[in-house]
Amino acid sequence: MVSAKALVSAQRREDLQRSWYKFSRNRLSIVGLSTVLLVTFLAVFAPLVAPYPEHASAFVDFANASRSPCPTYPFGTDVVGRDIMSRIFFGFRFSLVMGVVVLSLVVPPGVILGLVAGYYQGTWLDTVIMRTTDIFLAVPPLVLALAICSVLTPNLFNAMIAVSLMWWPWYCRLVYGLASTLRSEFFVVSAELLGASKFHILFREILANCVSPIFTKISLDMGWVILIGASLSFVGLGAQPPTPDLGTMVADGSKYLPDQWWIAVFPALAIVLVVLGFNLLGDGLRDMLGAEEV
Amino acid sequence: MRFAAFLGRRAVHSIFVLLGLSILIFIIARIMPGDPARMAVGARAPQWVVDNLREQMHLTEPLYMQYLYWLRDALRGDFGISLVTRRPVAADIKEFFPATLELALFAGIINGAGGIMLGAISAWQKDKWVDNVVRVISYLGVVTPSFVFAILFLLLFGMTLNWAPTMGRLSQEIARPATVTGLLTIDCLLARNPAAFFDSIWHLILPAVALALGGMSQEARITRSTMADNLSKDYIASARSLGIPGSVIMRSFLLKPSLIPTVSILGLDFAATLGNAFLVELIFVWPGMSRYGINAMLRKDLNAISAVILILGVVFILTNIAVDVIVARLDPRIQLGAGRSE
Repeated sequence: MVSAKALVSAQRREDLQRSWYKFSRNRLSIVGLSTVLLVTFLAVFAPLVAPYPEHASAFVDFANASRSPCPTYPFGTDVVGRDIMSRIFFGFRFSLVMGVVVLSLVVPPGVILGLVAGYYQGTWLDTVIMRTTDIFLAVPPLVLALAICSVLTPNLFNAMIAVSLMWWPWYCRLVYGLASTLRSEFFVVSAELLGASKFHILFREILANCVSPIFTKISLDMGWVILIGASLSFVGLGAQPPTPDLGTMVADGSKYLPDQWWIAVFPALAIVLVVLGFNLLGDGLRDMLGAEEV
Repeated sequence: MRFAAFLGRRAVHSIFVLLGLSILIFIIARIMPGDPARMAVGARAPQWVVDNLREQMHLTEPLYMQYLYWLRDALRGDFGISLVTRRPVAADIKEFFPATLELALFAGIINGAGGIMLGAISAWQKDKWVDNVVRVISYLGVVTPSFVFAILFLLLFGMTLNWAPTMGRLSQEIARPATVTGLLTIDCLLARNPAAFFDSIWHLILPAVALALGGMSQEARITRSTMADNLSKDYIASARSLGIPGSVIMRSFLLKPSLIPTVSILGLDFAATLGNAFLVELIFVWPGMSRYGINAMLRKDLNAISAVILILGVVFILTNIAVDVIVARLDPRIQLGAGRSE
């Protein structure tokens, strides 16, 4: 006799295998996943894998300043002699922290507001919540984030707050669209007839069916949030030097174009790499989960 | 008639959004610790000057009254004095806004034309090598931030190859034509000055392309996928079976219905273009509103910041209304009254 538990776990294993098959059939998804894993690895173990970990913050070595890429300094050094490659590895840390913190601040309120607005579609709750998102979406998110950063003290923490304030409406809209169609599905209507609590209906019935699009959007958004964070610090309204932030590094390096091109170009390519990785991963997840709504 | 009602409804909705935006801006401007009156006159001014100014700026009244005063002035086009330029913000905006508009419009044209063309080629050559090349390029275009494009262009085409100028709107040796529209290219044409016209276009190219590439790639991807979908539809097969040449099918049967999603996204992308202009103008020393806005932000010039954001909001809302109208014209099935689903 096979126990029910074993059956369930076998089923689960099969589902997992099938999902992995679907995901891995597209080579680009694998490239994305590998890129994300590589960047995460470099970020987490930056003090161990970076050739010169002490170059991450304020450090001066004028003897080796402005060296072009060579075997000792694969990406060259900046004008005070810091190894660009080491700084990029540490820069990944700030980028990933930015993405993770912003999304964990943004997703819960955005999702809950969208859920409520979608379920109570047509009532004043819907009007208030969705018209508020209209206001936030009436201006390019980068511009409002810049403005908020500028009135607060520019630093990494405030940059995260500013981006978070701009980002929740997207999740609100996504879940609103899903919830307003799901609410007339039979399983929701029957739960209502059975007298299930609103909490149960919102979170166990409706939210449970929005999970794939939300996760797909999260993985795509990691890239965009990192990008907007880099843009803030590029302008000088995000992380401040000597923090090894990729945007700050590009801004610093752009002063020394074209002769010392490596100071700006390698951090810029690092930003592209991170955003590309999360996008490929997100596209792969979308195909795997069938979340076309995102 | 239905069209007028649609426009009216959109206008009312937009007014509410703008009112909400003005409240949001007011709140942002008031988060900042410190006394706006003290900041306006400087740290060394005597206290009575500050007190007088507080009275004048209505800072002694309750917050909602302050907002109403601020709104009244903004509606009259009075955004106060800029702390940086020491001139009325409205005058600054009037001077700098056309440059940003010109850049964004130029980028928008490149974005739309280039994206549709690439997407169409890609769909027509689906799964051939041209398609694969276009797809790889457009993927890279989507994920590369415009300031990275700007820096790479500056380095490559501006400094190394010296193909195009990288600073400002016009070469120094060329006399600026009289300002009529503020859009330099148009002003040059109005002044019948072809040399200045080509020079101004030449200055526009690098920043505009850097600004457009991201959106263009997005457009190309969307056009490709809609066209590829439409290509497999029955009406195209029946047109083919009638012996209508491929190029005619492409132009007359396929392009128009495939453009609807592209145009919708074009409107949304305009927001990204305006936002990215903040970075691209900085890199190409473009004397536009965005560079003005960034400088205001770096120096906490609240009057200027508020005005810049509000103007951007107005521009963005007008663009979206225009996009809705175009989409409705392209697609007779769309009920104007329904608007876009949200």
